[in-house]
Parts: sequence; C-alpha cells; structure tokens
Amino acid sequence: MTPLFRYLTPQVLVSRVGHIVRVLPSRTLHCTFKMSCVNPVKRVGILGGTHGNELSGVYLVKKWLKDKSPVTRGTFETTVCISNPKAVEKCVRYIDTDLNRVFTDDNLRCDGQNSVYELNRGKELNRIFGPKHSPESYDFIVDFHNTTSNMHNSLMVHDTEDPVVMNLVNYVLQNYKHSHNYVFITGNAYHTTRTMGTHGLGIEIGPQAHGTLDADVYQRMEKITHYVLDFLDKFNQGEEFPACSVEAHRITEKIDFPRDESGDLTAMIHPKLQGKDWQPINPGDPIFLTFEGETICYQGNSTIYPAFINEAAYYEKRLAFWAMEKIQVSVPPLKVQK
Amino acid sequence: MTPLFRYLTPQVLVSRVGHIVRVLPSRTLHCTFKMSCVNPVKRVGILGGTHGNELSGVYLVKKWLKDKSPVTRGTFETTVCISNPKAVEKCVRYIDTDLNRVFTDDNLSPKVENMSGPNLPYEILRGRNLNSVFGPMGSEDCFDVVLDLHNTTSNMGNCLVLERLDDYLMFHFANYVQQFLHCPVFSKPLDGPFYSAQSMSKHGIGIEIGPQAHGTLDADVYQRMEKITHYVLDFLDKFNQGEEFPACSVEAHRITEKIDFPRDESGDLTAMIHPKLQGKDWQPINPGDPIFLTFEGETICYQGNSTIYPAFINEAAYYEKRLAFWAMEKIQVSVPPLKVQK
Repeated sequence: MTPLFRYLTPQVLVSRVGHIVRVLPSRTLHCTFKMSCVNPVKRVGILGGTHGNELSGVYLVKKWLKDKSPVTRGTFETTVCISNPKAVEKCVRYIDTDLNRVFTDDNLRCDGQNSVYELNRGKELNRIFGPKHSPESYDFIVDFHNTTSNMHNSLMVHDTEDPVVMNLVNYVLQNYKHSHNYVFITGNAYHTTRTMGTHGLGIEIGPQAHGTLDADVYQRMEKITHYVLDFLDKFNQGEEFPACSVEAHRITEKIDFPRDESGDLTAMIHPKLQGKDWQPINPGDPIFLTFEGETICYQGNSTIYPAFINEAAYYEKRLAFWAMEKIQVSVPPLKVQK
Repeated sequence: MTPLFRYLTPQVLVSRVGHIVRVLPSRTLHCTFKMSCVNPVKRVGILGGTHGNELSGVYLVKKWLKDKSPVTRGTFETTVCISNPKAVEKCVRYIDTDLNRVFTDDNLSPKVENMSGPNLPYEILRGRNLNSVFGPMGSEDCFDVVLDLHNTTSNMGNCLVLERLDDYLMFHFANYVQQFLHCPVFSKPLDGPFYSAQSMSKHGIGIEIGPQAHGTLDADVYQRMEKITHYVLDFLDKFNQGEEFPACSVEAHRITEKIDFPRDESGDLTAMIHPKLQGKDWQPINPGDPIFLTFEGETICYQGNSTIYPAFINEAAYYEKRLAFWAMEKIQVSVPPLKVQK
C-alpha cells in the first residue's frame, strides 16, 4: 500500500494528495498544498445511452449529434456518442451484458469478435476513446445516467486523487446552486465507460423511471454538462483553482434485499426509507418491510448514508442500496501544465 | 342507437340506466330508479403479472399463491394467478406482445388461417390458456369477476379501471370504496374497444396504481393495492349476502382522445412532457395550457377546444404505443340501486 506521506527532504513530507508538510525553524509543522500541474484537456468525450433506457443522456446526445455547437469550446475538441445503440433502439438497459461493467483490462485485451454484444461494443468504444491507460486516450469522458432512485444530481467519481475531476466537482457544486448535488465515489469497484479516458465523470440523475423522459431531469443534466465543459475550458486557459475540500460519499457496504432460499425477495424497501437517498440511516432505523408487514431494521454499528435506494436495475445485481460513509476530500490547487 | 327511454306501459318509461318515469294521477312525472338485480358472484379471479415488470401484483399474487386465506371469502371461490409467468421471470412487460391486448375474439377463437400453431406469439398462446381457465370470454361459463393488478410510471394514484360504463356491479364497488380511499375511475366509451385480461369475465376490474418505476416495488403502493383488493372482495361478499346498494352517482373519466408526443419524420420524439404537466394526472388541462417542452426548451400548448383530464401521463410502456397521455372527459355515471338476484 502506498504510504500516506513520503519524504521529499528530511524536513519536507508530501502526501498522496499533494499536502506539503515542512518542519519550520521553530520546529512547528507547516502544511500547505502542492500545486497540481496537469496537462491540458485536448479531447472530451460525451456519452449517452450507455444504458439504453436511461433517456436523458440519449436525447441530449441525439441533440448534440445534430448540432454540436452548444458543447463545443475553444480549447478542446468534443466528441458526442451513443454508447450502446442497440440497447437504445430497443429501449433496454443492455442486450447481453451491462456495457458499464465491461471495461476491464482482460475484456479490452481480448482479440476477435465475441458473441456478447457489449463486449464487442466496449472494444469498439475503446478504439475510439482509448486505448484505456494509454497516453492516446481521450483526456476527459463524461457519461450520462439516470436512476429510479431519488439520487438528485449525483456526480460519480472513481478517482478522488484526480485533481482535475475533484476541482471540476467543486466547481459544479459551487456554481450550480441546485440544492441537491452529491458526490458518489465509485472507486475501482466497477469498470465503467468513463475509465477509458485519463479523467472521467459520471452524471447520474434521478428519480426517473427507465424508458421515460422527465423534462426537469433532462434540463439539469444539460446544465451540469455545460458547467463541466466551462470548467475544462477555464482550466485549459490557465485559470488557477485554489485548494478546497469536497464532501463526498464512499461505499462501505452492499446491502441486498432479504431473500428466501430460492433467491426471491421477501421484503421491500421500507416506506420510511423509500426516496431518502443521502439521508442518514442510524442503527435501529427501519430499512425493509416484509410482504406480511413486518419491519426490518438496520443492524449496523454506525450511521450510514444510503444511495441507489430501489434502483430497478440493481434488483438483479442483488443490491437494495449502497451503504456509504461521508468523507471530506482534500483537493490540492490546480493549474494547467504549460 | 338504443333510445334513451322506452315504454313499459303508456304511463311508464324506463331509461337505459334504470330510471323509471311514471305519470302520476296528478299528471306530474315521478322518477325513481329501477332496482338492478345481478346474479351472485360465484368465482373471482385475481391476476398479477399481466405485465411482468409491474411488481405490486406479482408479489401480492405470489403471497396469496402460498396462502390464499386473506383473499378467501365465504360466498365465492377465489383463484389467484400469475398471468404472464415468462415475462415475470425476465421482469419485462411482455415476451412477444402485450398480453393485456390479446383478449379479442380474433385472437382467442381463431378462424383465420395464420392464427394457429405453436409459432404464435407467446402471449397469444398464454391468452388462450388463461381464457380456458377464466373464460370463455363472453360466455355464461366465464368467471364472474376478474381483478387485474397493474402499476404505472404515471402519477395515477389509486386508479380503478372500469372499462364498461354499464357494469353497475363494478360502479357500485367504486362508490363503496370511495368512502375509504380516493380512487379515480378510468373508463372507455360504451363501444370499447375491449381487449384486456379483465374482459374475460362478466365483471372486469383493474387496479392501476402509480407512480412506480417498472421493475421496482414501492411498499406503500403494494400496501394500497392489497387494501383495495380486500375492499373488492369484501364488497362482493356483502353483495352476495344480500346487502342492497342504493342508487348513486359515480364520477368517472371517459377516454376522448389519444395524445401522442410530438415526433419528427422518422418517428422519434421532438419533445417531452412539460414540467407543469409532469405528475398532474387527473388535473384539468385547459386550452392553452403547456403540455410539452421541446429539447430546445420551447413550450407546446394544448390546442383543444375544451377542458380535458389527462391520465397515464408519461407511462414508460406507452412510448412505443405512441401515447403521451389519454385525454379524458369527466362524467357522472348514474347507477341504479343494486341487489343480488336470488
């Protein structure tokens, strides 16, 4: 495991996220952030329809495929793309397997055609937006999603040590004063489309029933996209972003529905939990209601913050909701590398 | 067209809905309702999973398949059934075609050459199978009541689908349940068309509760559906036991027009349900009210001449059926008094 701090000199330590700790002549410690200097963003990919029935992104991308000017900026090239066209055509999440889980090194390395549609499509996307992990890959990928859960506007981050993404997230939170923006740290739990690029961000907005368009959700997703592109443009132009602290949520546990021996459900999300994404669940709080009307309470030891409560697509993945902890992410200052 | 009134005697008229109008000796007119006598209800069917991803009914029926006592009453036999098991297994609306549209004479009793054989759509075969259990549709031997459980992504609340405006038994149920819960009534014109699973029986009723995203279970929706089912069964039991239900007037909504989304030449959407209409099922739309919002942010207003009441606003399954919402008119259904035929 990488040490949290390492020595630059015997009197100077640097942390993984860029804190500089110096021993001063007075023998006190002084901590500052080291400025992150990151290469400019030259190519940005915007993906909709990674899940074919999550329609906000599908229709935003369709609009921009006809006229890309709203998502064009002076300092980078934008590519918009429908990730899973077959699934979009049938208005289903996927044809054979979830496209948003296929971007593993093993899958992408495999040669030849596969009978699984999304594996082939993943490799095709990787040829356009990747290759993943290489310097030729797209600098930034935005991926649009909807959820049946009451997640409001959730920004999906897989790498909290990426100063570009974290400063971008801070920029959106500070500027888009919609009252309900949240940061969800996915970590490397699953290999999503946005991991093809150097930097990636998912925009997940709910609740919206799959296969429907909610105009307010659509407009919020459009607005957040504009904030993302504006930020990247400012970054490229040399604007400096000071160090900041971002409140985020990190997965601690996967909570499944209660099930019987055959794997079928024996309970539903409790009415007191339904729609309460991001609100604290304390030990003893009701979380499930059996079909006979009995309440099942949360048995954990400490407060958790739930997300993806009652997402339709997660019933088959055996997830009733994610249990998360709230953390503060220290973000170093950022400017573009000239 | 059937006349509104017909003569029973030169001094007595009866209307289509059972009003009796007499000329009294004083030459004034006196109007009462004629009592409707309906055969007792002997067999009741409860269907869940007619659409495999509408989960309230699926899980209620699964519960009652294990233990039928909560839905058993003394005066009739109850059968519970998962209508579309393959669709339920895959958690999709249907496999080949919408099961809730196959109950027509053409589909069920084929006279046409290409309507036989094992290569028919799964739901046609399943529909015939169900019709052999709960039907035959239109015959004396069919079930007395079929209750079909549905969910919708629309904000329809606790909607009762009473397709036939002249089914007094079901309209008396609507009147009965309104004292406990608000249940808007969704009806069709007297000439239909009728093709749903509930049509297999003499008295069909659908319970349609939303909003609930397909493929999810909302515990509050589940419990309301369970409660309304109990009200249905309690009502039928009271009816069978001879309770008389006085004449009443029931507010219902009758389809007037199918409103589709605006589309381009290829048939793809060019607009969404307007934020001011989203979730406003059953609330009046007046001419000039916003109903759609284009992807560029322009508002499209309702162009009709009179107030309508929308239902099934933004139902996911209706995008492919080219329906943004049903435009409906509000009507009062005069229901004659009812008692069981001994």
